[in-house]
Amino acid sequence: MDLSIFGYQFMQNAILSAFLGGIACSVVGVFVVLMHMPFIGVCMSHAAFAGALLALWVGLNPLAGAFAFSLLAAAIVGPLADRGELSPETSVGVIFSLMLGLAFLFMGLMPGTKSSALELLWGSILTNTRGDIILLAVVAVVVVGLVAVFYKEVQATIFNRDMALSVGIPATLTLYAILFLTGATITASLRSIGGLLIFSLILNPAAAAYQLTYSMKRMFVLSACFGVLSGWAGLLMSYLFDVPSGATIVVTSSVIFMLAALFSPKRKVKGWRAETAPGGDSA
Amino acid sequence: MDNTVIDIDSAVVSYREDIALRGVSLKVRTGEFVGIVGPNGAGKTTMLTVVNGMGKLLHGRVSVLGHCPAPGRGCCVRKRVGYVAQVQNIDPRMPMSVRDVVMIGRYGRLGLVHRPGKHDWEVVDEVLELVGMTALAQRPIGHLSGGEQQRVAIARCLAQEPEIFLLDEPTASLDWKAKSDILELVRLVHDTRRLTTLFVTHDLSALPLACDRVLLMKEGLIWAEGPPTELLSDDNLSRLYDMPVSLVEKRRREGALVHS
Repeated sequence: MDLSIFGYQFMQNAILSAFLGGIACSVVGVFVVLMHMPFIGVCMSHAAFAGALLALWVGLNPLAGAFAFSLLAAAIVGPLADRGELSPETSVGVIFSLMLGLAFLFMGLMPGTKSSALELLWGSILTNTRGDIILLAVVAVVVVGLVAVFYKEVQATIFNRDMALSVGIPATLTLYAILFLTGATITASLRSIGGLLIFSLILNPAAAAYQLTYSMKRMFVLSACFGVLSGWAGLLMSYLFDVPSGATIVVTSSVIFMLAALFSPKRKVKGWRAETAPGGDSA
Repeated sequence: MDNTVIDIDSAVVSYREDIALRGVSLKVRTGEFVGIVGPNGAGKTTMLTVVNGMGKLLHGRVSVLGHCPAPGRGCCVRKRVGYVAQVQNIDPRMPMSVRDVVMIGRYGRLGLVHRPGKHDWEVVDEVLELVGMTALAQRPIGHLSGGEQQRVAIARCLAQEPEIFLLDEPTASLDWKAKSDILELVRLVHDTRRLTTLFVTHDLSALPLACDRVLLMKEGLIWAEGPPTELLSDDNLSRLYDMPVSLVEKRRREGALVHS
């Protein structure tokens, strides 16, 4: 195998992007999986996509548009999820379809070729610039840093928001911070992974880690490892088979999830109990 | 000296078009054990949310431990108020152990950024011992039975080192054995930790007979209050639940069985 390709600047940029994006997305994925709101990720990634297209159409920086729209989606979804006025699935579903509709509307309105728009849909990690990498690095450091510093608030809020509130943790603020981080992560990874595919890089590594551990700290670490692994293995396959990298990254992450689900110790809950607590309690 | 810890003055709370509390006043002294009984929808839970600052007052005034709890700025009061809710469905795959969940009780007191230290884990292990859950401390929280879950919830409250202890139907959906065990535990905790306790239930058989005082609530109002022996008369109960005395009597016998 000829590995001289890894000596090129664009490949090194891609490897670094996959590392940073993999970590940020998969840490955010832990929130999404444990809070049982997978649709929020889909909704936000489509909002980011719609925002980027609007910005392209009016001639602004697409990342600014993506960021504004994903924050807007967070600002709409947050209160709905928080107050339980509508079931969150319903409200997120409505916003998701609206965002998808807007995205196609803006794409239709855009004059000329649609290549820059399609690039945002599919992602193109191989053309990442130094600026993209800096943005990804900032987001990854902020996401990991905030989770590390406010770990106990995050843990309690994820576990049970009402309980967290009742012991005096600012759980509502934490929820909004989580939604905000999700939006920022999606925006930063949009160009690399693409609006359609990013959701699986958020969901799959965390869902795989979820199958394998009963410790939340370990779940964060495992998820980040799976995210980076998906990115790197996906890149390698993209190079070897000459296929789009966004697609191979997503397929790799799905394979990791399937393997984790297959070998999950949680599938055998009874066996696990008998093993760790021999003749234990009388429950 | 005035030892009133909870002072609710004509509180009105409403959810959308429904009024949950219609001008309720209540004073609770330090160390009191107050039972709150009434049918579903009487405003019992709302009463508790007013005390821990999660409920929003439309009208009236509340003072808890000398502070005014309110959504958004109730954090300092909430840290000193333990709250046990009904048995909840917990995802069996949730990556949290029993010990982790009890530690959440310490988080409010620890404050932002601070990490739990050795002392906090000692407190957690001590309260787990008290509720008889030491053997299950490392278990994933989602693997527990309802009764065990409520023990953990009580342990979490105690880890908080609260001054006020709120219990919202803690025995709903538990079997008789688990129910009477939890009631005993609540009483033990109330006595040994010198807490002020409010205990809400719609189920008379789940009312600890050792209550100092009982409130009967109906349609958002306190309908009657007094010592349990006087208040829980056939006449009062059948009017409270709109049910014939014979049926109520049957329920009370069921209750007596639990407590005997």
